[in-house]
Amino acid sequence: MGEPLILAANLSVDFPVRGALGKKKKVHAVSDVSLTIEKGKTFGLVGESGCGKTTLANLLLGLVKPDAGSILFDGKEITDISQKQLKIVRRDMQMIFQDPLSSLNPRFNIFRIISEPLFIRGGYTRKQMEARVLELLELVGLPASSLHRYPSDFSGGQRQRIGIARALALNPKFLVCDEPVSALDVSVHAQILNLLMDLQKELSITYLFISHNLAVVRDICQSVAVMYLGKVVETGNAQTIFDHPVHPYTQSLLSAVLDVDADNKRERIILQGDIPSPIDLPTGCRFHTRCPNARPECAIHSPELREIESHHRAACY
Amino acid sequence: MKDRIKDLSGFLLKIWRHPKGRVGAVLIALLIFTAILAPLIAPYDPYDVTARSEKGLAPSLSHLLGTTITTGQDIFSMLIYGTRVSLLVGVVSGLSIAFLGAILGVISGFLGKWADMLIMRLVDVMLVIPTLPLTIVLTNLFGKSYGLIIFIFTLFGWTGLARVVRSQVLIIKKSTYVKAAQLAGASDFHIMFRHILPGVSHLLIMNTALTSAGIMVAEAGLSFLGLGDPTAISWGKMLAEAQSGGALLFGHWWWILAPGIGIFVSVFAFMRLGLALEEIFNPRMRRTSSIRKLWKSMNGAYLQDVFHSMDEEPVPVLQKERVAVRE
Repeated sequence: MGEPLILAANLSVDFPVRGALGKKKKVHAVSDVSLTIEKGKTFGLVGESGCGKTTLANLLLGLVKPDAGSILFDGKEITDISQKQLKIVRRDMQMIFQDPLSSLNPRFNIFRIISEPLFIRGGYTRKQMEARVLELLELVGLPASSLHRYPSDFSGGQRQRIGIARALALNPKFLVCDEPVSALDVSVHAQILNLLMDLQKELSITYLFISHNLAVVRDICQSVAVMYLGKVVETGNAQTIFDHPVHPYTQSLLSAVLDVDADNKRERIILQGDIPSPIDLPTGCRFHTRCPNARPECAIHSPELREIESHHRAACY
Repeated sequence: MKDRIKDLSGFLLKIWRHPKGRVGAVLIALLIFTAILAPLIAPYDPYDVTARSEKGLAPSLSHLLGTTITTGQDIFSMLIYGTRVSLLVGVVSGLSIAFLGAILGVISGFLGKWADMLIMRLVDVMLVIPTLPLTIVLTNLFGKSYGLIIFIFTLFGWTGLARVVRSQVLIIKKSTYVKAAQLAGASDFHIMFRHILPGVSHLLIMNTALTSAGIMVAEAGLSFLGLGDPTAISWGKMLAEAQSGGALLFGHWWWILAPGIGIFVSVFAFMRLGLALEEIFNPRMRRTSSIRKLWKSMNGAYLQDVFHSMDEEPVPVLQKERVAVRE
């Protein structure tokens, strides 16, 4: 196991909401999540919409303050430091967004978009910024002539490259990729993913890769965490989890993946019902309402993550 | 800086290429020219009420639009001088409304919480205050002047714009490019001036043109009622004098028509420019006919309509057809 870049322990965050008759309630977005993200590796975060993936990413980036738990980033605690210090730490973290068009200001040309982080940090002359932007454009494979054009002039894949160039401007150590390819054409997926992998090799960046495309996660991630309703239900080495999933939720997720081979008859696990509300959580194990092999004790006690084998932990009896 | 100049010239070129925009721009340029050079263009002194021998003349080469029946002032010269008041009140009010509406809208949207609540409740209160009676009271209290009229127009004109700006700010605030900037360590100041203000600027420019047109009509109305500066020459006051001076009685239609055309041309020019800007900024607006839009804007339902069209969902025609085929 390599050196950890991020050590998150027992992270929890609730968002207050007002229910009917002004009753105060809480959305349990992330509860008791612990993660270790190794330096220079890709960590995959998988789960259905609304399970807290993005909130967890926002927590790690320091955009949301956790109600409980701690985050060590590169050996430094970042949950209780001031906004000013956080800004300095955050220079080492950047993000790539799902929709490349809405993440680029349509009124800015490419130079202004990519140089914005440099501009915010300050201390660069116009010449230095221009040189750095050209360097970044070359790194992500865009022509230097793009400099004075606008986001609307580019295709989806090219826009995502611009977003990547902006994220790399300050030489981050940690890059959150929030569904970086799901808004793109399938034909462009591989290009962008290869670019990300090449950049990782070249610049040794650590990725947190959020996706519900399991095939992509399997391809590029070394470690994976599967989330359900704000909790990590299974985590560990990507290959192990994909080969023998232990948690019934992971099993059903994997069984839903489309297979090119039509002869390969697999047993589909189809979950019953809807995902419960994160406001009124089920008692015991959060998955028991939909679990195909739920037992009576699942409704009473919540199982902890326990070691199945080395680098593989799951929260199921 | 070079980019800014390029952006600006590109923007002006877009207006020039737009048929409505060109008409509006040319007419506005002509109006501004007339207002500034009024003393040079006007053949007579419009304030001169001593030409007793020339009362109530019909249009001729020496008096293009005749003279007034009561005082013998040259109507053509009055028409030219009237441009000054109309443009000044319209444009200054339009600009100050844009300024106030932008500030309050951005504060409300960006700061949120109590500032948002305070400003939006203030808007609600302002919307139900009847302006005309209040204007009559205030002009009687503080003396009749165009400064006061501009002040009143501004005081009551910012509300709609502030709401529209606020909703746009809320959209930009939640956008991922603002999140990216925050991740890079951007301050609120940076986000406000680099992302939010440029993001609402098109609303401000468009609103200035459209409200200026509306305010010119309102100013003529107030002047007609005698609430404007009694010493100035304005088109509204010319209409009032024509009525009290017996233009209808003597059949002097040109006395009434002259200020009417002045008001029409200036409102038409600003309206054209405003509609052209709207279509340049929001290509989806091009579907409605301009006459319907003009009518709607006169009724004040225009801005709401613009924003309604923005979040309108495309009609799912395809789905209906699919069902039909299956059956």
